[in-house]
Parts: sequence; C-alpha cells; structure tokens
Amino acid sequence: MAYFRSNVLVCSDPECIGKGSANILKSLQAELNSKGLADEVKVMDTPRIGDCDKGPEILVYPEGYHYVGLTVEDIPFLVEEQFLKGRPVNKLLTPPKKEEAQELSEPTSKEVRVVLRNCGKINPENIEDYIAENGYAALAKVLTEKSPDEVIQMVKDSGLRGRGGAGFSTSMKWALTRDTVGDVRYIICNADEGDPGAFMNRAVLEGDPHSVLEGMIIAAYAIGAQQGYVYCRAEYPIAVKTLEIAIKQAREFGLLGEHIFGTNFSFDLEIRQGAGAFVCGEETALIASIEGKRGEPRPRPPFPSVRGLFGKPTNINNVETYANVPQIILNGPQWFASMGTEKSKGTKTFALAGDVKKTGLIEVPFGITLREIIYDVGGGIKNDLGFKAVQTGGPMGGCLPAEFLDLPVDYERLSQAGSIMGSGGMVVMDEETCMVDIARFFVEFIQDESCGKCVPCRVGTRRMLEILTRICEGNGRPEDIDLLGQLSVEIRQDSLCGLGQGAPNPVVSTLKYFRKEYEAHINGKVCSAKVCRALISYEINPDKCVGCTLCARNCPVNCITGQVKKTHVIDPDICIRCGICKQVCNYEAVLVK
Amino acid sequence: MTVNAKDSKDVLKTVDLAIDEFHAKKEELIPILMKINQELGYLSSEALEQISDRMHLPQSQVYTVASFYRLIYTKPTGRHVIKFCESAPCHVVGGREVWTAIQKDLKLKPGETSNDGKWTLTTTSCLGVCAVGPVMMVDEDIYGNITPDQLSKILGKYE
Repeated sequence: MAYFRSNVLVCSDPECIGKGSANILKSLQAELNSKGLADEVKVMDTPRIGDCDKGPEILVYPEGYHYVGLTVEDIPFLVEEQFLKGRPVNKLLTPPKKEEAQELSEPTSKEVRVVLRNCGKINPENIEDYIAENGYAALAKVLTEKSPDEVIQMVKDSGLRGRGGAGFSTSMKWALTRDTVGDVRYIICNADEGDPGAFMNRAVLEGDPHSVLEGMIIAAYAIGAQQGYVYCRAEYPIAVKTLEIAIKQAREFGLLGEHIFGTNFSFDLEIRQGAGAFVCGEETALIASIEGKRGEPRPRPPFPSVRGLFGKPTNINNVETYANVPQIILNGPQWFASMGTEKSKGTKTFALAGDVKKTGLIEVPFGITLREIIYDVGGGIKNDLGFKAVQTGGPMGGCLPAEFLDLPVDYERLSQAGSIMGSGGMVVMDEETCMVDIARFFVEFIQDESCGKCVPCRVGTRRMLEILTRICEGNGRPEDIDLLGQLSVEIRQDSLCGLGQGAPNPVVSTLKYFRKEYEAHINGKVCSAKVCRALISYEINPDKCVGCTLCARNCPVNCITGQVKKTHVIDPDICIRCGICKQVCNYEAVLVK
Repeated sequence: MTVNAKDSKDVLKTVDLAIDEFHAKKEELIPILMKINQELGYLSSEALEQISDRMHLPQSQVYTVASFYRLIYTKPTGRHVIKFCESAPCHVVGGREVWTAIQKDLKLKPGETSNDGKWTLTTTSCLGVCAVGPVMMVDEDIYGNITPDQLSKILGKYE
C-alpha cells in the first residue's frame, strides 16, 4: 500500500462541480506534479464535504484543514504554503464555527485525557481504528511477556483505585479474587451508571468500547477468569449496540474466545442489560440482577471477590477502572502514578452539569481544585450569577459551598469535607438555587430507588422526605432540624448498602453549610431563592404591565384578572405558583416575592 | 411504540418466542421479561402465567422480579409512553417548568394513562444526556433542550 504524507479530498458533488471543483482538482494535481509532490500528496475526489454554498471546497488531512471558496488562481500559493512549507493559508480556511455546547469538547489546558483519549476521534464501530491507536497492544504485551502476578503488581504500582465511587484499591480486589480457591471465576464490568448527571461511562462505552474490553480481558488473565459480563443499563441503548458490535469484532479478530493471541488463555464476554433500577449499580444487587432476581443488595462479607456471581469468586470493576488498565500497561505504572495526589493517582472523568457555562465531560488529574474545574475548565457560572454550591458524587454526595472552592479534588479530601467522589457527577448550583429544595429533591430520588429490603433505608428515607417536603411547603416545625440530624445518623449507621448509607449526605451537608436556609424556611416561612412554591407569591408590577392579557390566557387556574390595556392582577389564593405567567410575559412585569 | 396485545394467542406466542430466544433458565428471566414487555407493551397476568409455566417458576417469583424493575410494566400502557427525566441536572436547568407544563397539557399525573389510551406519562431516571437537559423520551425518541412551548410540537408528532 502506497503511503502518502497528506491526503486531499476535493468535494465533487453537483453544486461544487457547478462552481468549478473539477478544475480545482486538475490544477491541484498539476501543481503538485510540477513541484515533485505527486508521490507524497494524494488528491481524491469525494462525493460531499458539506459546505457547498462556499464551494469549491477541499479537505486536507491529516490536519483536517477545510479550504473553501477556492479559485484556480489560489492553487499555486496554496500548494507552496500548505504542502511545501507546511503552513495553512488562513484566508482560505473556512471561518471558525460558533462555539456550540457539546458533550465532549476539545480538552482545555488543565485536562489530561486518558480514558477519554479516543472518544470522538475514532470510529467505535471499527476495531481497526482502535488497533491503529495502539489498541490491544497492551493485551499482547501482557499475554506474551507478563505473568498474572506481574500484571497485578503493575496495577498495584500504578495506584489505580476503583472509579465507580468507593475508590477501593483495584490491585487488591484483583488479588483477592485470584487468591480465592476455585476453578471458576468471573469478571464483571459495572456499566450501570445511574447517577443523575453522570454520563462519563456512557461516553466511553459509545466512543471507545474496546478500551473497556481490553481492560477486562487483561483483568481476566490476571485473575484467572474464563467468562465475563458487561452489565449495561437499558437506558443506554446506543452503548449496548456499540458494545455488541465491539464484542463481535473482537471475537472475529481472535481477541475474545479460545486461545487469545495463540496462547492458552481463553475468555469470552456477554452483555447483560439492566431493567431500570438505580440500586443495581451496587455490586451485590447487580449480581442478583444477572442471576435473574430482584436487584437487592446483600450483606458483605462475603465480598464478591470471595463469593459472587453464581457463588463463584467475581471481580467487579467500573467501566472507567477497566479503561485505564491498557494505558497503565503500555505507558507503565510510574507514568500513571506521576499524576494525582499522594493517595489518589491518575486522572478522573467528571461530568459537569447544572448552572455552569460549559457542561459536559472533562478528564483531569486528581489534585485539581474545584475552582479550577468550575471556572477554568467549566467557564464559570451561567449568566455570570454567583456560585452557591457544587454537589459531587451523585445523589448520595454532599453539597459543598464556596469555602471549598480551593479544595484539591481527591478521595480523602472530598470525604473529609462531607461529600464523596462517587462516579464523578458534579452538579453546579447558582445563587438562585434553594438548598432545602435540592436536599428534598435528592432524598426523593433515593426514596424512589430504595430497594426496600432494609428498614433504616426504606422507612428512614421516607420519614426524611416527609419532613423535607413539609419544610418546603411552609409547614416546618422547630424540632425538624434536630430530627433530620438524628435520622441521618441512624440511616447511615444501620443501612445495608451504600445507597442507604449515603442517603443522608445531601441532608447532612446542606444542614451543615446552609442551616440558615432551613431556619428561614421553618421559622420565617421564607425561601430566599424564591423556589419553594408555598413560600413565594407572584405579583404583577403595575409599572410594567401593559395589559396584553397574555398571562391571563395562559394561566392554568385562571387566577389572573384584568381588562385589555389595563394592569392585571393575580389572585394569591388561587395561584399555584407554576411560573407560567412569568415565562410568557414579554414585559418582565411578573415579580416573584 | 408500545402495543397492548389483546389476543391470547398473540400473548402466548410472544412469550414462547422470548423464552426460546434466551432459553428457559432462571438467570435469563430479566432479558425474557424485557423482551415480552417490549413486544406486548406490558406483562399481563396471562403472560406471567405462561412464563411461570414454561420456566417452572412460581408466578409470585416472576411477579416479584417484574414489579421490581421500573422499565418492566405490569399494567397496560398507552400507545405512546412519555418518560420525563426528573433528576437534578435536568431539574435545575428548566426541567421544573417543563414538567409542570406537560402535566397541565396532558392533564395527567405521573403513572397515569390518558382516557383515550394515547399517552402514558411516567418519569425516568437519568438518561445520561444531561448536557442537553431538560430531557424526555417519547417511546424510543429522545428530545433535549426542551422548553414548555416546544411541547405541543413534539407531542403533535405522535398519532
């Protein structure tokens, strides 16, 4: 196969042809020939590039430069600059696109993309793309040069900790599973990413599934497992489809199945889908679900490493944990351990959501501060409002106020501050957020998802939700704050699994850092953020109202009266505080008090 | 699109096909239930009976598993199922307003099916597309960046 250092695609769809792209192609080829570059630069026509109204257009690879509006006269200069001198011709380049919000943007300077390195850059449905990016080279190295113990040692030296939330030492988990006596062992990938606001795993599964598969196969070799499962939530249908294709292709290439890379090691994988239960992200509940049962956690010990799926030693790790493994093998454990803090090595993906300008996925080394994440990487608060709090770690995470903005992010420090790392969700809240409403909101989620097996979680979280709801409705009692504190302690201590144990975190952290808001709700019946409906009222400002009647026509309970061109009035006794009048008003005449 | 099969023969045939696809082993129960749920719209008592029979599992056990999982319906649903994301990241970017509006427009509360059998309104846990919140699904279609005034256009697409 001839190798060209540059490939040029010339758009030849009818519109571009009409504008003379055939001549462009001819003159390009001629100019390259005359400069002796015909063997280095390949020119091809392509059916469509996309910006034909600016045609003729060409794309130059590998850089991806998109030149538009070309004339034959431009060609000699273009060839000289682009192909001889290696400099793009800016005046002929397509103007930069307006920056759009994306799930995964180009990395900012503070980011280090390890797990996300291929996402958006390779075709996830083509294994050869992955292989071209050193894919499966780690597996080859492991199977031909390393013993299982050596692999576990490498993971230990890297300091990799489980990325699912608990942060348990990955090498220790692998070693425990390996050391349990028995012939049958299982590997499971926990792809049941249910934390609201977290979609890091989804991006990796959809964008770079082979990185996860490779990590699992390496783990299986280290542990001595023959069969693996990827448990992926059903709410991620594209991820499931991408995984199916990836597994099929891996099998075709002999990277899954019997005698991988011609060695004695055989291993295969299956996908299992969830069925809509957040608690199945908990490892013992996940195992129960694969076994065809209700997804209820069970007490540990025994841990899955000792007695897991179908009673056999099982290693369960998160998507991101596995995705790190091939890189650790290829680049060496010291490379990984050079990033991060003393006890939290490497990088972590986070999903920024909420009131931040640039929502989406990022990957940063541990040790970066919350301020850097929210302001440098996230661009700061939307509409330049004030920062109020950030919740890390998903619905069982704590809400941290501004005094923690300079906290370096790692497992221990987030714990000490009263939150958790969790899977990496970060919900940023601005000054217009009511922290009592937020606590109620998260407890409502947890209550909904509680499996119901143990009393402290099932009943305790319901009682907490009742109290928080009463407070938000203006019926809070003075003893409620102490009662919430007491309930939190009991639920945390006595719940069977991580869902219950973490359930009080949003309440405890908001009580600790935003106690005044609770007191205002209970004693003063005031919601300063103007969120809790029972504590606010909507009024029309007579100075701004022009009497257009738009609000009255849209009010679902018909509580607004007024004549055309005269100031309208809201009846507070009927008003349900839905906010629709404020939304539809074009004169900013609706006030919230 | 969810379809509620009324014909017993349809139900039995769907159950048999699902069990044959995954094999009648206990650990395959959830994939089987999901497949039948997808084909029939929900798990009727008839379907549960047939599953219990073929898989040699007590009906109570089949029901206890089916009722645990949110995506498996044990009651009939409308022709179109709306799943609205009620998680915090969607909530804080305008989800509250959209949720109020959709309940008002359809005159439904979560879990309810409209009298004409067209809509079932439910909430869903996070779909993982939080960067484009507020988000909702109608059948298999996902919609993002929703504002209340877009609702009639979105819902108007469905018969």
